Amino acid sequence: MKTLKQFSIILMILFIGQILQQKYSLPMPSTVLGMIILLLLLMTRIIKIENVEKITKVLLDHLTLFFVPVGIEIMTMFDKIKDIWVPLLIIILISTIVVMAVTGLTIQLLDKYTLKKYKKGA
Amino acid sequence: MAMYVNNPLFGVTISIAAFLIGVYINKKTKIAIFNPLIISYIIIISFLLHFNIDFETYNKGGSIISFFIAPAIVVLAVPLYKNIKLLKERWAPILIGITLGSLAGLFSIYLLSKLFKIDDIIMVSLFPKSTTVAISIEIADQIGGIPALAVAFTAITGITGNLIGEYIFKVFKIKDKVSKGVALGTTSHAMGIAKAMEMGETEGALGSLAITVAGIISVFMIPWFIKILSI
Repeated sequence: MKTLKQFSIILMILFIGQILQQKYSLPMPSTVLGMIILLLLLMTRIIKIENVEKITKVLLDHLTLFFVPVGIEIMTMFDKIKDIWVPLLIIILISTIVVMAVTGLTIQLLDKYTLKKYKKGA
Repeated sequence: MAMYVNNPLFGVTISIAAFLIGVYINKKTKIAIFNPLIISYIIIISFLLHFNIDFETYNKGGSIISFFIAPAIVVLAVPLYKNIKLLKERWAPILIGITLGSLAGLFSIYLLSKLFKIDDIIMVSLFPKSTTVAISIEIADQIGGIPALAVAFTAITGITGNLIGEYIFKVFKIKDKVSKGVALGTTSHAMGIAKAMEMGETEGALGSLAITVAGIISVFMIPWFIKILSI
């Protein structure tokens, strides 16, 4: 029953997110809006972590399963990508390297800079 | 066959069964390319093609499982909340790193897509591929891409990052734990975290934090990027 109660909290937050998104046509998925609402509720301690912990575990433990059906739709698109799958894989490989290297190097460099500043201050 | 599968039970059953087989094979072999998601796709699509079942019939049950994506995105707030202390301590480098990394990724996809003359609708479906599937599917939908393609691209990106992460860190001399964790989460979402967890606890915690933060940043950045380049 506890998990069900927690699930209903999440569904209500989702519903509020959807209403806000439609009403103000916000440039953001209603689900992400729901996530931000939950984060704010947790930070303001209106919702305690215990009140959503069980359902969080259940949902996140099965997260990958939930993505099985959406991916299957790709079978209706074989015609669209059958001639371009090699360039697609090349694009994915190179852009993956780019994102990882730029993110990692930026943080490493900035951290070095801020840490030095700390040392100078001390 | 058609009369037996034309109900929600079929889609739900085959999805869960194929997924469990995928998890089993992945655990036994411990090979990243034998990813549970990829294995389930192969099993289910082969089955559907072999018995000549169309996607709509399968999705009668499939859509019931897809329903749970939405509440799962909402509870991503919980790991973010738990790690918020780490974010508070080093928020500036982390935010700038994720933003620049994601932006560089978008530019590389844009330039390479132009080079290979990829259709715009497929190119924009590539844009959200570094965010977690939960978010990439929503972004793809919002920007006029094809959600199913975005999901497939996202899964491939996850596996790629998981496989090549260590080499990239070596080549680019990235040694700092925080940098590694955030880079893996930003690039390769959950599959990046799997690698980050192998490297250590700090890397893992920062990886899961990066997934949520990178997701939120991308939600804003990708529509803006499309607008600027007027795609």
